[in-house]
Amino acid sequence: MDTAANGSAPTPLGLLAELTHRCPLGCPYCSNPLALEGRSDELDTATWARVFREAAALGVLQVHLSGGEPGTRRDLVEITAAARIAGLYTNLITSAIGISNETLDRLSDAGLDHVQISIQDSDPGSADHIAGYRGAYARKQALAQEVVRLKIPLTINAVMHRANIDHVEDMVALALALGAKRVEIAHVQYYGWALRNRAQLMPTHEQVERAMRTIEALRLLRHGQIVIDAVVPDYYARFPKACVGGWGRRSLNVTPSGKVLPCHAAEIIPGLEFWNVREHALCDIWENSPSFRAFRGTDWMQEPCRSCPRRERDFGGCRCQAFALTGDARATDPVCHLSPQHAMVGELALVQEDAAYAYRR
Amino acid sequence: MTEIARTVSPDDRPKLARGVRLTHNEAHGGWVLLAPERVFKADAIAAEIVKRCTGEASVAAIVDDLVKTYNAPRERVLTDVSALLAGLADKKLMEL
Repeated sequence: MDTAANGSAPTPLGLLAELTHRCPLGCPYCSNPLALEGRSDELDTATWARVFREAAALGVLQVHLSGGEPGTRRDLVEITAAARIAGLYTNLITSAIGISNETLDRLSDAGLDHVQISIQDSDPGSADHIAGYRGAYARKQALAQEVVRLKIPLTINAVMHRANIDHVEDMVALALALGAKRVEIAHVQYYGWALRNRAQLMPTHEQVERAMRTIEALRLLRHGQIVIDAVVPDYYARFPKACVGGWGRRSLNVTPSGKVLPCHAAEIIPGLEFWNVREHALCDIWENSPSFRAFRGTDWMQEPCRSCPRRERDFGGCRCQAFALTGDARATDPVCHLSPQHAMVGELALVQEDAAYAYRR
Repeated sequence: MTEIARTVSPDDRPKLARGVRLTHNEAHGGWVLLAPERVFKADAIAAEIVKRCTGEASVAAIVDDLVKTYNAPRERVLTDVSALLAGLADKKLMEL
């Protein structure tokens, strides 16, 4: 019997704070929803400070300050300081555009613990093309150097897809050269904007195999120099990812307007009721809101998940992906080879088209 | 130019890397080490070791202090401390 389904919720570890959906870049795989929230709906500084205090009381240890581009918030320093004062570990997830060196200095003084900068490709021209923003690559390099100069630990986040997956070795070399202690080889996950651009982004089977071999070799070669985090891309995996570490189990996501989601893509699932921090305390939302209870634990599962020995390991995979691909949010994530609909994933991965990206705007 | 995982020397003065913090959290039932995108549970012994890693105390001094505080055999404490510090240094959480 899963206790979580009976009302006693587990203790969360992380909170993704989407401070804004505004972003100067237009990456075609953006994880923000297709319907972006506007500036006038954004939570103010004081409300974020309250959310952080409530999160810390709930057991949250780390807050990921994200967006959109968090640097578009004029009160980013105040927001960061509030998170730190609440006792949270503060991680800034940025495109680097809109964070001046002076702002970074002030963030450092406010106690910022860690910075993650996304880089679109190791080749500057290609990187700017993917980001849909000229000069992005150069600015990212400059901010990365400033982060290292201030001795703040740096992670480089490299989102991989067909146009750049062959450059994985150069991406790791770039991260090392910039002084990052960690690099995330993050394959595109197909929700929102990325789902719209799936045919343009999907790597080939050969590319994926080659990249995985390269990463394995680099892990050995660079052991002790840089930590390389990478997983098999969704559509080429045998087992699904334990999405968000299990629904309503380890993390929560607050949108710019204050809606609290179990995962950033959860709004695509019809019929889920999301509560807002403007009307409810965070712990009430975590424990009692219908969307968090919907797929918490294992009671909601159908076969083959229900009797699967891995059900407490991957929690049936991703609910949003199950819905996006099968139309049923309770289905086994079809990425799983045990899913009766698994063949569809292989077929979809073959749909590749070299058309122009639909940039996130 | 692979860096061989280093062994810990008694003269090292270990210190948590910037961006790594040891904190006590009731909801998680004890000590946790917070690091970039990671959280490590620290048992009571690990917490006592990490708390002493100020960048000023040498490994030898940390071991002496633990031996005295817990009335434990020095050999055993040295092994535990060295293993923990080497592991943390390997993960870039501790600077030796």
